[in-house]
Amino acid sequence: MNTREKIARRAEKEIKNGDYVNLGIGMPTMVANFISDYKQVVLQSENGLLGIGPYPSEAEVDADLINAGKETVTAIQGAAYFDSAESFAMIRGGHIDVAILGGMEVSQEGDLANWMIPGRMVKGMGGAMDLVHGARKTIVIMDHVNKKGESKILKKCSLPLTGKGVVERIITDRAVMDVTKDGLKLIEVSVGFTLQQILDCTEAELIVGKDVKFDAY
Amino acid sequence: MKRIFSDFLEAIEGIQDGMTLMVGGFGLCGIPENLIKALAEKGVKNLTIISNNCGVDDWGLGLLLRNKQIKKIIASYVGENKEFERQLLNGEIEVELTPQGTLAEKIRAGGAGIPAFYTPAGVGTPIAAGKETRIFNNREYLLEESLTSDFSLVRACRADKMGNLVYRKTARNFNSMMAAAGRTTIAEVEEIVETGELDPNIIHSPGIYIQSLIQGTQEKRIERRTIQA
Repeated sequence: MNTREKIARRAEKEIKNGDYVNLGIGMPTMVANFISDYKQVVLQSENGLLGIGPYPSEAEVDADLINAGKETVTAIQGAAYFDSAESFAMIRGGHIDVAILGGMEVSQEGDLANWMIPGRMVKGMGGAMDLVHGARKTIVIMDHVNKKGESKILKKCSLPLTGKGVVERIITDRAVMDVTKDGLKLIEVSVGFTLQQILDCTEAELIVGKDVKFDAY
Repeated sequence: MKRIFSDFLEAIEGIQDGMTLMVGGFGLCGIPENLIKALAEKGVKNLTIISNNCGVDDWGLGLLLRNKQIKKIIASYVGENKEFERQLLNGEIEVELTPQGTLAEKIRAGGAGIPAFYTPAGVGTPIAAGKETRIFNNREYLLEESLTSDFSLVRACRADKMGNLVYRKTARNFNSMMAAAGRTTIAEVEEIVETGELDPNIIHSPGIYIQSLIQGTQEKRIERRTIQA
């Protein structure tokens, strides 16, 4: 199992039966592949679809039916289509139970940076800035460290923000952490990592309680 | 009864240099592709374009980019286009990146006569710079002003001759709000049917928002054809 799959499988546990869920573009989209059969989950796509189905067969491909990543998709039985204003009314209005997004940096206060790197081509924020404020629970999934091995979980974000104080839970390839009033709390440590290793690769200050779950996923 | 054109260049006759246009679609899904092609052919310049994206290099609004017809674009995501990147880095085009939900609501509000509204999206980020903020129920919000256009170009699946529009699947996206926010709205539709053939219960854009119609055949290009494994 590769790292992306490991993170996606852990993230799936955040979704409850009956939830309405928005999955961000990239790794978050993969979470859909792991949703347990016993859960009925409705996936929202911010371009105007409630009830994303599997990717289409060659015969089912329809140019008028795409997800927010511009991939061709299908719609489940019981799906609904709507315009972009209604889609974001749904999002901002607090009707989405869980949003799972990717991240470049997250701070210990729950600030998220995931849309621009100064000096590089800025492509745009898409719907991320709206989503982080609207969903009842915002979860960021990402690698714990960047390609240089530096922590992506920081005391303060260095990149321009997508949202301030918006993240509730961070799931990485190494650990699960919650943003709490007291600070960033370590909840779970993944198989193959020790507490010391997590502390060493996390720049943010971590609160380590007695109830941390080791070898959790 | 609405004016029904049969020639796309004639349909866009009123569009002049320097105008502000809204163009429907999400990526390449639901774009008024023949109206865009006509704009490229006509060569109107210095346009301000309001659209969620800016097409790809050789299709959709990318055609206007290639001809340097766009002065400014207001969009939420422009990452699919190399020519866009080149013009931006050379300072040839101005871009106003707007969170997608804020963009949708700015257009909706514009069509609904609401001059501005408060939203949480963008608080504490670079897009809050210079914007008025206000606290409601202990949360901070940004004041965002609405948008209208000289012309809105939209695409629908079906129209009747009263201008009532029905969109199909996720091709609706920004089209319905843009239809209402245009001083003049031109709808490119896949099929124009006789008045009375559309069920009034299922109209997405009532004809009051639409000034003219044109029927066209679309290529409906796909950006990311993704097939089940």
